[in-house]
Amino acid sequence: MRALLLCLSLLLALPAFAVQPDEVLDDPALESRARAISRVLRCPVCQGENIDESNAPISRDLRLYLRERLVAGDSDDHAVQAVVDRFGEYVLFQPPARGVNLLLYLAGPGMALLALILGIAFIRSRNRPEEGPAALSADEQARLDRIMRD
Amino acid sequence: MNAEFGHFALILAFAVALYQMIVPMVGAAKGWSGWIDSARPAALAQFGLIAISFAALTIAFVTSDFSVRLVYANSHTAKPMIYKISGVWGNHEGSMLLWVLILSLFGAAAAVFGTNLPPRLRARVLSVQAAIGSAFLGFILFTSNPFLRLDNPPFDGRDLNPLLQDPGLALHPPFLYLGYVGLSVAFSFAVAALIEGRVDAAWARWVRPWTLAAWMFLTIGIALGSWWAYYELGWGGFWFWDPVENASFMPWLFATALLHSAIVVEKREVLKSWTILLAILAFGFSLIGTFIVRSGIITSVHSFASDPERGVFILFILALFVGGALMLFTFRASSMQAKGVFAPVSREGALVLNNILLAVSAFVVFIGTVWPLIAELAWGRKLSVGAPFFEQAFTPFMIVLAIVLPIGAILPWKRGKPGRALRSLRGALVFAFAVMALVYAVSTGRSALAVVGAGLGSWLIAGSVLDLWMRIGKSGLSRLLRLPRADWGKALAHGGLGVTFIGVSLLMAWQVEDIRVARLGDTFNVAGYDITLEAVDQHPGPNYDSITATMRIARNGREVATLYPEKRVYPVQAMPTTEAAIASDMFRDIYLVIGDPQQDGGWAVRSYIKPFATWLWLGFSLMALGGLVSLSDRRYRVAAGARGAPAHAQPAE
Repeated sequence: MRALLLCLSLLLALPAFAVQPDEVLDDPALESRARAISRVLRCPVCQGENIDESNAPISRDLRLYLRERLVAGDSDDHAVQAVVDRFGEYVLFQPPARGVNLLLYLAGPGMALLALILGIAFIRSRNRPEEGPAALSADEQARLDRIMRD
Repeated sequence: MNAEFGHFALILAFAVALYQMIVPMVGAAKGWSGWIDSARPAALAQFGLIAISFAALTIAFVTSDFSVRLVYANSHTAKPMIYKISGVWGNHEGSMLLWVLILSLFGAAAAVFGTNLPPRLRARVLSVQAAIGSAFLGFILFTSNPFLRLDNPPFDGRDLNPLLQDPGLALHPPFLYLGYVGLSVAFSFAVAALIEGRVDAAWARWVRPWTLAAWMFLTIGIALGSWWAYYELGWGGFWFWDPVENASFMPWLFATALLHSAIVVEKREVLKSWTILLAILAFGFSLIGTFIVRSGIITSVHSFASDPERGVFILFILALFVGGALMLFTFRASSMQAKGVFAPVSREGALVLNNILLAVSAFVVFIGTVWPLIAELAWGRKLSVGAPFFEQAFTPFMIVLAIVLPIGAILPWKRGKPGRALRSLRGALVFAFAVMALVYAVSTGRSALAVVGAGLGSWLIAGSVLDLWMRIGKSGLSRLLRLPRADWGKALAHGGLGVTFIGVSLLMAWQVEDIRVARLGDTFNVAGYDITLEAVDQHPGPNYDSITATMRIARNGREVATLYPEKRVYPVQAMPTTEAAIASDMFRDIYLVIGDPQQDGGWAVRSYIKPFATWLWLGFSLMALGGLVSLSDRRYRVAAGARGAPAHAQPAE
């Protein structure tokens, strides 16, 4: 038992693990909003973790701050903006689709469109030889008709 | 002595690789058969020497030789043997050695199984393979020597990162590298073909098994990594769109595209230059992945301790090979004469669409991965691109892919009728809509994700079944077993994709999570399961201390399972890890995690019910199995036999 207590005290000194039970809000609707938001906010000191998964103390502070804002009646956007005001746009896992970031958002659809056009052009150009020689001129057609009639 | 021996073998391997790079290439150009033939023994010798070097490093780890700096930094005498061995590649230098070992393994395999290749082509392929080998052997020897000694060897090592002390480390990197590096063979074939200026159906038939093997290993490697994250990180995430994961995903997407376009070259002799380009891009993105992981230029949880000097070296290698290959491509691509013609609606047309979707989605992943870097360099802005962006930008391509796939898979070559294809698939369509209705009825007002994902998945699965069914025709089930293996492989892989679709969407849409404080003896209900925290015990492991909870799960009074989630503390690195306990069956995982003790005497407990989680791993396994079955197709063996080559020439089986 002594050893267990020793181990417990050791554990308590170590970083806490993601969302703790004491952070969870009583109102399930508010809590689920908080969870959804904290999945798109990046832990400022970790390597690519969101604050919902992160064990870092600062992520815990951010989670608590976010909940405070929500309890105070902020909308989702306002709560996120409050965090961004403090830590910069770095904490947003999805950069806002404004300004130069539009390039990021349009790159995929633009590339898809370009690839489709090129693909269709390629298939068309490949097919031309199969269509055989150019259509008969009016003159030739008339001759052919004459022959066929005979 | 052992470490010096390994170092010496590595230097010899470097010398052999340089020989193998230059001599056969010159021989092939001049037509000197002695020089051409020397490629094969050189490839075997290079592999043998690197294997000796790798064995020497493994011995240093197994015997805990702390006079070797790498062993000191990454091992500990108390570490279990399996992690002493897998710890060899749990660090930058050792994993790089594994990288070149596998590279030379593929070179040696190409030398052994390539007896049916024209000697010049074989010499050129092996020469390009050796060029890649020399570059990376040089990289290891000059910047990342694993055999460096310490002047004053300490008594014990600093241990391996506890997160890596898992069977996952023993399997995930070797498979991933077999995939990554296996794509080098396709690259070497592409460059050799560009040098020869000739690509034909035979070339595609030689390249395809190698690509298939690499693709299969890459699929297994990615799935293993995903599974590892799922059970190790303590909350059951399986994909994070982390830069390093993306680095393995982009080559996978390109390899998948390459696999399909090589079919078109093989059957119809069109899309030649595009296929060559894909082979270059697939391995190019493997190199980009290596660069991302090891340069530290993009922050990620996975990356090894980074060093700018190494980053610059790899960037140089990347520029040399990809740039060189692309340059060669621009000069020679026009010499690839396509033969077949086809209508837009045809098997070829569908495969072109497949290639467009896969390549563009890989491009989207790439842009998202490097966007923070671009933003910082160009505008000095520090921003992040993560999971929400990728989910939004990537998913539409997969939806279109899934809709079109079953139709494209049954279209005839040259010219097809979409109406006719749809008519033969109406059974699958009805099934998919039935599943969608069922899922819609079962889920109470949740996202469209479940309905769409399950519908698409069912459409893919039923489409694959119908595809096989139509191939049998009227001759009955006995024909089923005599179908070409490639047809089976195709159906398995496409069906596996469907199973994965269902797993991902239902897991993400229907997951239930519960976080609470539980005291000993407490019973709480999560989604119909009664979970009781029976006991929490402490006991020592081999090199860690463990706190193990005993948790009983019952449903409607009937016992379901007893699970033992663990929390471990590794004293050497003073780091805790969570070991989730999972009870799986076909339709759900129950995933329990024990957290920290609370001040008032309870324990933080997390419980997750994850529906259809097993389907994820099942789907990946089916895809990989499809690759394996396809690889064993008779066609690749007959191709060897037709040239009078010995019967053992079965590529990469």
